[in-house]
Parts: sequence; structure tokens; C-alpha cells
Amino acid sequence: MSILLDESSRVLVQGITGKQASFHTQRMLEYGTKVVAGVTPGKGGQRHLGLPVFDTVEQAVKAEAPDVSVIFVPPLAAAEAIMEAASAGIKLIVCITEGIPVLDMLRAKKFLKEKGSLLVGPNTPGVISPGKSKVGIMPAHIHQPGSVGIISRSGTLTYEAVYQLTSLGLGQSTAVGIGGDPIVGLKFVDLLELFKNDLQTEAVVLIGEIGGTAEEEAAKYIKQSNYPKPVAAYVAGLTAPPGKRLGHAGAIIEGGQGSAGEKLQKLKEAGVKIIDNPARIGQTVKDLIS
Amino acid sequence: MLIHEYQAKEFLKHLGIKIPEGGVAETPEKVREIAEELLVPVILKSQVLSGGRGKAGGIIIARNPEEAEASARNLFGKKLITGQSGNRGLTVRKILVEKTLKIKREIYLGLTVDRRNEGVAAIVSSEGGMEIEELARSNPELIKKEYLSPETGLLPFQGRNLAYFLELQNGAFNTFIEYLRKLTGFFLSHDLKLLEINPLILTEEDELVAADAKMDFDDCSLFRHPEIAALEDLSEASPQEIEARHFHLNYIKMDGHIGCLVNGAGLAMATMDIIKYFGGEPANFLDIGGGVTEEAVSKAFEILIEDPQVTSALINIFGGIVRCDLVAKGIVASARKVSLKKPVVVRMEGTNVAEGKKILEESGLPFHFVNNFEEAARLAVALSRT
Repeated sequence: MSILLDESSRVLVQGITGKQASFHTQRMLEYGTKVVAGVTPGKGGQRHLGLPVFDTVEQAVKAEAPDVSVIFVPPLAAAEAIMEAASAGIKLIVCITEGIPVLDMLRAKKFLKEKGSLLVGPNTPGVISPGKSKVGIMPAHIHQPGSVGIISRSGTLTYEAVYQLTSLGLGQSTAVGIGGDPIVGLKFVDLLELFKNDLQTEAVVLIGEIGGTAEEEAAKYIKQSNYPKPVAAYVAGLTAPPGKRLGHAGAIIEGGQGSAGEKLQKLKEAGVKIIDNPARIGQTVKDLIS
Repeated sequence: MLIHEYQAKEFLKHLGIKIPEGGVAETPEKVREIAEELLVPVILKSQVLSGGRGKAGGIIIARNPEEAEASARNLFGKKLITGQSGNRGLTVRKILVEKTLKIKREIYLGLTVDRRNEGVAAIVSSEGGMEIEELARSNPELIKKEYLSPETGLLPFQGRNLAYFLELQNGAFNTFIEYLRKLTGFFLSHDLKLLEINPLILTEEDELVAADAKMDFDDCSLFRHPEIAALEDLSEASPQEIEARHFHLNYIKMDGHIGCLVNGAGLAMATMDIIKYFGGEPANFLDIGGGVTEEAVSKAFEILIEDPQVTSALINIFGGIVRCDLVAKGIVASARKVSLKKPVVVRMEGTNVAEGKKILEESGLPFHFVNNFEEAARLAVALSRT
């Protein structure tokens, strides 16, 4: 098993003819991901990277029956692209785009709730179930199939965690970047729930950062559900200056809330193994499961 | 993006929300002039982009124009150190001079994007003027919230719920609902993240007046609101921060000695954290971002290495979208330009790492290569002390 993605996932790329999308679609195909089609309005009927291109998601769904869509469209149009995918019945939507206005995302999320689609991101490297399918922009070669589930709010820090695990011979079941924005789709709690029921996953690593309350909610869930698998967590931003925006819309401490210290305390109380040195993510997980 | 109180109040005025009579001054003489027009007493409010101005001594009441001028003389050029300003403080360059109000009650009114409930929250309290986070902790019963959908905006009953909660009467009841309707409309049409009126004053004449105003706009939306983007005040940004912004680099100056150049905000924060973990102090936060060019990397390296406080640098790149060879080329170009003398620790992994290392090695410049994240941090800390 694994969560969200496996060998049979049929993937659509929204905005496929763009530069970044073309590059990463190529990498996904090389990895063995079943990319079945692309969408770029106005370019329907063409072929790109050997794949059929459609004008609308609806047409692509009719012709190629994708169940996953990955979005590479610009920030201005991305929330609308999410809604188009949901409207066409796509079950899992992965939105890579960074910099979508917050109010646009509020509207998109309300729409998703009505349609019942799942969203990963925005502002995410995507999802990978190593050896099966990769939907996103992460470097494939650092991954290896295995039993550790990863849920992260950060991009390159996820690569770091994966790299450390793989270097120690620990593979991953699925690694999910949930995105660094204030409003995202699936959160720690949703994914912990999925990993709980996944037979391949033996332990879960959470990578959080300052801002918001997603880590606190995860702590509460782990405690209340008596979570059956070991969980380790690293939270970035202990040294971040308050009130400053550090790259992600998410990475900001406002009024003392959402600080790394506060989050770590809650996670610790929930029985989560805290990683205080980000170079020891892999080692901590190894110690935890052996 | 935060704007100044006086700028926010201009928006309120256009919306038809009452604000105190007054004006903005950049000299003590102008402060006196405004005070003379207003008839005394007046309140002098330092215009810096931070909360906690009162506690920092940035807000002063003056009984007459002479006193106003004298106080203004002290305030102009003063560095206000507030809870959010850092040790360097914020320089007072503008003062808002306003007529004082006859206060019957102080109300808190706030609109914000609530991440947890994924909606826009309208928040009120009968205890205005206080820190709302404090109040939420100590007396949650004194606060009431209504959640608005971005599609429907404020529904009439939600306005009534809040107005009844505040026990407003007669004219003030209707005025409050009207204000709230206009403010929520403005919030949604202009992509705000936060709008606060604290306090909203109920005067002895039963008028509602916005005595303070805070507006924070969503940076991601500024491309569709150029008139808002134009209000940005960069006078507090360091020259390095302004330069970095020009190259779309996310750079924030800090107080330590170890310069950091990293791709990705999460890894950049983790790099700062690990430096601190091994007893060092980061000199900056720097995320070069995913779409970075060679030229921008070059500029990034130049900014951090020329910082006089920096005694060593740590480059931590995990190539994904960003290619290690591109970063290496950018670094070599600027290291040659500045005739590099400070020790630089390089840790690279990911996309095109072999090519990247080769470029750095062949440059003949004094880079220290370390493969491991932890060793890289330890070395950068040790080198910062020699």
C-alpha cells in the first residue's frame, strides 16, 4: 500500500505546456508516473511530450479518466484551476503553484467541500509514493520505497528529511508536502489518519514550521486517538524573529501565537518524539523504530 | 503588507467611517500648526509600522500647541523599540496629530482571515484598547466572533448579533452595522489579511469614531491592487533588504555573525536553527527561492558576504527546482568580484550537485566543502569565531 498515490494513479497535468510544467512532467514520466493527459485552454487537440492536450479538465476526464490532477498554472488562475478540477470530478488535486491570494483559496476550499475532492497544497513540492508514482517537483533519486510516512509543510526541508532517511537505509511509504500557505488542503491530521490505516507505514515524521495551528491540532489528534504508530516531529523556526515574514505566507509568528516552542511543547505532551537538531531527522526515526 | 495608521484612516474616511480630525506632519512646526487649528488638547501618534507604540513612548498627549511642538521635537528621529521592532528600533519620520475625543466607551473591532476555520472572522469586544490576544485568553466571554463567507460577505443578522452583543443603542447601533458592512466589503474587495480598529470610540455625543486603524494586505494579491502596492513604506528596510527584494530574494537581516544562503524557507529556517543549536548566531535569513537566476544568486552572496557583521558563511543548497550548478556559478562570480576573504562553508545536495561542486572547486576560491548538514553547521560556527 501507500497513501494517496500508487502504480495505478492516472495523472492529469493542468498548465502542461508551460516551461516548469513541461520540465516536471518529463521527470514524472521518467519516474514511471502514469501521466495520461494535459490541459491548457486554447491548445486542445495538440500533443505535448507525447501526451494529448485538452482545452478543459472536463474533456480530459471524459477521454482519459485521470483520477489525480497536478496544477502548474500561475497564481492568478490557480484557485480557479483547483475548482475546475474538482468540478470535473478529479479525486485528488495537487497544486504546486506558489503565491495564490488567501481569499482566492478560501473560495476554492469552500467549493472543494461541496465537491468532495481532496487537495494537497498549494505551494507544495507534491506527493510521492516511492517506486510507484511521483506527482510533483521533488528530486526523485533521493527517495526509496519503505515504511516511513512523511508529512511536511516545507519543500526543501522535506528533501533533507528524505535524504537523511534514505542514507540510513530507511525508505518511505509516501511523502506528502502539505504546503506552506495559510490556507491549504489536507493537513497533518487528515494525513495522520490515512497513514494510520496504511499497512506499509510503520512510523510517521511530521515537519512543521512556525505560524498557524496545524501542529497543535496534530498534537491534539495524536493524543486523543492514542495514535498507534510512532511519530517524530521537527518544527523549523525556533530562531525566527517575531512578526517577520520568512518566505512562506505561513512562516510568520503573530502575537506570540504559533511559535516553534509552543508547538514542540504540545507535540511532546502528545508523546511525539521531538527532533531538536534538523540534521538528526533520519537518526531519530531510526532509533524510534528499531 | 502593513500600511501606516494615517494611510489606513484615509481609506476609512473614503468609506464614510468617522475618524478624528487631524493631519500628518513631518516637522515639529507643522505639528504645532495642526495643533493650533484643532484647538487643544491633541494627541501625537508616531507613524511606525508596529504595534505597541504607546508602550514604547511613541504616543503623547499635548495640552497646547507649544507643548505639541516640543514633544514632536523629541519624537522626530527617535528610535522606537517596540515588541515587534527588534533591537534596532523604528525611526519616527511622520506624526499623526489628532483632536482628542470625549470617550464614553472603547470597542474592539477586527476582521481577519481565520486559518483554522477557513473563513473571514469579524471579531468584536466591549473591552477595546486592550491587547486582544491577552483578552481572548483571560476573558473569552468578552469577545464575540462571526464567520463570513467570502461569497456572501457580512449577512445582516451577523451585524445585528455583534451590535447587540456590544449593547449599542439608537443611532450607534445602526451606524455600527453600517460601518461593519462597509469594512467587510473593503476587506474582501482589497484582499486584506487583517483590519483592526482598536479602539472604536463611542463618544459622549454617541458617535462612533475610529481612533486607531491597522490594515495588513495580502502580499500575494498586490499584483491586482497596484494602488495599494504603491503605499509601501520601505524607509525601515535596510539597503540590503531593498536590493534583495529587487532580485526577488527573501532576505531578512538579523544580529549574528554567520551569513546563510539557502534555498527554501523551511530549510533556511532549519539552517538558522542548527547554527543556533551549535552555539552560533545567524546573521540573516535568506531564501533564494525556486525560480532564482544566476545573477540573483550572485547578488545574494554579495549581500551576505559584504555584511560587516558576517565572519563566516554557510551555503546550504538542496537542489530540486534549483540546480546546484546554477548556484555555484552565481557564487563564484560574486566571490571573484568581492575578492573573497571570509571562510565559506558549502553543503550541496540534489539536482546537478556534481557539476556544482566542480565549478566551485575549479574556481580556486577558498570554499570548505562538507557533505553533511550537521558538520557544515559546526564548521561554520567554528570558523565564525576565528
